Amino acid sequence: MGIVEYFIYFYGLLVNSGPIFTQATILTLRLTATALLLGIVIGLFFAMLKISKNRVFNCIADAYITIIRGTPLIVQIFWIYFGLAPILDIPAFWAASLALAVHNGAYIAEIFRGGIQSINRGQMEAALSLGMTYLLAMRRIILPQAFKRCIPPLGNQFIIGLKDSSLAAFVTMPELFMIAMRRANRWPGDALEYYTIAGLYYLALVVVFTFLVKKLESRLDVDK
Amino acid sequence: MIEVRRLNKSFGDLQVLKDVDLKVEKGEVVCLIGASGSGKSTLLRCINFLEQGQSGEIWIEGRLVEGKKDNLAKIRQEVGMVFQLFNLFPHKTVLGNVIEAPVMVKKVPVKQATEEAVTLLEKVGLADKAGSYPSQLSGGQKQRVAIARALAMHPKVMLFDEPTSALDPELVGEVLTVIKQLAREGMTMIVVTHEMAFAREVAEWVVYMDEGRIVEISKPAQMFDEPREARTREFLSRVLQKTDQNSETRSA
Repeated sequence: MGIVEYFIYFYGLLVNSGPIFTQATILTLRLTATALLLGIVIGLFFAMLKISKNRVFNCIADAYITIIRGTPLIVQIFWIYFGLAPILDIPAFWAASLALAVHNGAYIAEIFRGGIQSINRGQMEAALSLGMTYLLAMRRIILPQAFKRCIPPLGNQFIIGLKDSSLAAFVTMPELFMIAMRRANRWPGDALEYYTIAGLYYLALVVVFTFLVKKLESRLDVDK
Repeated sequence: MIEVRRLNKSFGDLQVLKDVDLKVEKGEVVCLIGASGSGKSTLLRCINFLEQGQSGEIWIEGRLVEGKKDNLAKIRQEVGMVFQLFNLFPHKTVLGNVIEAPVMVKKVPVKQATEEAVTLLEKVGLADKAGSYPSQLSGGQKQRVAIARALAMHPKVMLFDEPTSALDPELVGEVLTVIKQLAREGMTMIVVTHEMAFAREVAEWVVYMDEGRIVEISKPAQMFDEPREARTREFLSRVLQKTDQNSETRSA
């Protein structure tokens, strides 16, 4: 097969698998969005524990971050899917999302901590001196500024999270990677093509997402 | 109004305040002077509990404030503070900075808070900047917004922590003018400053601090013309000489 024929052949596979991969893309996006939204909540919570002056809170946050960053994501997914999910009767989608959220949460916690600590101490002092409570000052003054500084590293983490969602294939989720695996098993001669097609879908998603993050960044730049 | 009793404060091994006693009556303006590192800013920050002393008492309006137990947020509503580096909220407009605390803390309706804010901004001469962001203002303008922001909470006392030290020389005047006006209106104020002429003009009492202790508390005329303590005299001759040199270089 010549190169032109090969591309025509590849294009045929791409078009024919289009509908099923599109469906899989929707699941991938649902998994990623759920995981990242939960991950932001978890991350924010542990970031607050980490910057708190309470030693016990610090230790809890450190333990969480160390364990999550120190073990493979696939192990964490299995912990939740095979360990936790049967006990609590969690469906596969939520088990996968939760595992991805807990995983991303550790990294997001560190991103938020860095962002919060990069805000000048005077901001908190000014807010407190106006009679705000610590939590109100955090919510109204510190976090809005910190979030903005966190957008580039968060965007980066989201890209990682999107691609990591492929591991949900190993707990029965028919997302992009799972579909590629199934097709590769059924048609071993086209295995590489199907994995490449899955890769192209991820690439397209990442490119679109990167563009959106850039847009958001410049839109939020008004006061600087 | 405000009374500090035997206040001690250390950062690690370094004791920055040693048995400080200070009393400020309602309507008085007290200026704290002294070399950098003498503890004057720390004293100011202890009064609204941004720092907490190891021992000693802070009384506000006849009430002993206990840093560990009391609702500090409530107490700080009565004690406005203006910082050397302004600390305006960069993500909010000038108006947003001024109405933030009244709306979020005191639950004043936005419309009413806005009207009050505009009046305050007029007072500090910045009504036309209401929609600007802090980054678009000069240092003097920023500090005047910071003063308006603190006043918006209707504090009973204002603390100024070197309000003009970070300003270019030509911008110092506009900020001092605003503070002087507040003094005329009878606002109780404690001002940490290096502006001796300002202290002489507005202060009821001038407090000289050195190495964490209050060395001398005098009326301005006495403090600047015939200080009682040798250390005060030495400090004043040093800074006043420097000021003269500065004004000479400026006029030259």
